[in-house]
Amino acid sequence: MKIGYLVRRFLFLVFVVWTAATVLFFIPRLSRVNPIRERFAEIQRSTGYAPRDLENIIKAFETKFGLDKPLIEQYLDYMGSVLRGDLGVSLMRYPRTVVDLIGQALPWTVILLTVTTLLTFLIGTGIGALAGWPRSPSWVKGMVTPLMVLAAVPGYLLGLLLIYFIAFRAKLLPLSGAYTTGRFLGPELSIEFILDVARHAILPALSLILTSVGFWALGMRGMGVTVQGEDYVNFAEHKGLKQGRIFYWYYVRNAILPQVTALALAFGSIVSAGILVENLYGFPGIGSLLNAAILANDFFVIYGIGMITIVAVGVSMMIIDLTYPLLDPRIRYDRK
Amino acid sequence: MQLSVPIQGPSSGPSRLTLALRYLRRNKSLLVGLGLLAFLLIFSIGGSLLIDTSTRAYPLAAPSVQPPSAEYPLGTDKDGRDLLAVMARGILLTGTVGIIAGSVGIVVGVVLGFLAGYYGGKVDSVIRWVTEVLITIPPLILQIIIASTIVDKNKVTIFTMAGVASILSWMGTARVVRSQVLTMRERTFVSMAKLSGMSNLEIIFKELMPNMLPYLAASFVGAVMGAIGATFGLEVLGLGPAREPTIGMTIRWAQFHSAIFNQWWWWVLWPSLALIAIFASLSLINRGLDEIANPRVRRSE
Repeated sequence: MKIGYLVRRFLFLVFVVWTAATVLFFIPRLSRVNPIRERFAEIQRSTGYAPRDLENIIKAFETKFGLDKPLIEQYLDYMGSVLRGDLGVSLMRYPRTVVDLIGQALPWTVILLTVTTLLTFLIGTGIGALAGWPRSPSWVKGMVTPLMVLAAVPGYLLGLLLIYFIAFRAKLLPLSGAYTTGRFLGPELSIEFILDVARHAILPALSLILTSVGFWALGMRGMGVTVQGEDYVNFAEHKGLKQGRIFYWYYVRNAILPQVTALALAFGSIVSAGILVENLYGFPGIGSLLNAAILANDFFVIYGIGMITIVAVGVSMMIIDLTYPLLDPRIRYDRK
Repeated sequence: MQLSVPIQGPSSGPSRLTLALRYLRRNKSLLVGLGLLAFLLIFSIGGSLLIDTSTRAYPLAAPSVQPPSAEYPLGTDKDGRDLLAVMARGILLTGTVGIIAGSVGIVVGVVLGFLAGYYGGKVDSVIRWVTEVLITIPPLILQIIIASTIVDKNKVTIFTMAGVASILSWMGTARVVRSQVLTMRERTFVSMAKLSGMSNLEIIFKELMPNMLPYLAASFVGAVMGAIGATFGLEVLGLGPAREPTIGMTIRWAQFHSAIFNQWWWWVLWPSLALIAIFASLSLINRGLDEIANPRVRRSE
């Protein structure tokens, strides 16, 4: 792989992030909604407090945030702060910055979604590979259809069902949150805490895994069926290789590439994939932060989350492109 | 397309209707999917004709939180909506949002896909690039940004929802159409058409489009599903049409009033079943169409 390709690929990532940042700059300016006015309206709705000289207060805030400057100057200021990694302040928890709030929520989301994404990939790909393999027992082959039916259920709805039956009726697992707030004051590094978090994460994880395993199984089975017709598989059969060897090294190895791409893409959308389920379970990740921000009209937090999501997708796309030649030697970038 | 054929002699073979039915018997996904869709349509259209859903599906039409009874077969919710009327109207409203967004998506996607695939060059690069960037960004997050910022929260209608969903509903179609046009462009029937003096537009509509129908149908269904899924997400997060009894808003209100912890199971169960039925029928139809488009899929059954 040549350096030139690496540089071009990196410039592309910069371009994507720049486009995203520009769009996020212009969207609020297209709308007639004034975030500061909305915030005060929200305060008035929830506390009944209405300042007398609202217009002056809004003007003062606009000067403070530079919203009265010409558009091009605002844009340059904004790009400068994005480059420095400054996404502004939160309106709902005022002195705290957007980066600070996201930094607090992100680890929860990343941990939950990394585990569920990996498990979904392994289970789904495994079932799909077996279902496409001609010598599998018929019950394995039949597993894809019920999994696809389950995939038609939004994770949020399955989550509701699990909360009702497992957490609420059977009281087997906690209803919501990420840890028992009475037992621990905050996150700490101890076995008890980790076990407690795991217990809280089971239901959200199940809601996410069960509703997406079908797609992975279907994809893998489709690829597996294509690979079976290939000459090298027939040749391996006729050479009399052991079935296990053919299964892993001739069949799975060649069918798995699109699944790996999809896995990398799934990792890219990790920040946003669990938004609804996190919300349902009050899991303190990005989804719950986003919901709070929507309710409080905290636009800067919403844009910050948008920004993080897009950067994550851009980076993972770049990683896929760069690792593709390693996974599949047939692909090369240096020839043009 | 005509499905029924006038009276035929016994020697002329089975009619197209019989052929279609025979095909459906083999294509189980399509059969079950269409059946489920027909059931949903009959339920919601029939329900809207039999009961006055324009009042009974809205607050204060019935006593609050009644379990299913003879008078209210599906029960009522906390704000006094009759859930039977809510379901009939909700399925129609949710379906409308999906169909509007899906149609916008298919039209925009077909136009862009053809432009990119047929003309190539710079047009292709720009369209492909925009498509690739947009297709990777999780749609929900962009739609949340648009819905929370540009749209006035108190004036959301189902058409606003359809508009927001439309913005990101065309990429899949554009990509499929482009790749199909690329594979077909070089085939002999297209060169024949060119040689016989057909214009570009004629070639597109008379030669290429008919060959793409199964793909187009599948991407339409995909776009409708995407739109319904996205609107559901927005509605659950409180960015939906607060005044309309769509399926998503019904679930949102049930959740908002903690229906499951109050044991008002009927308030959650019916909209959940409706949404699952909508998704299941669309995804089965999609798989069935896929089977028509790529016969290779059949081998794995």
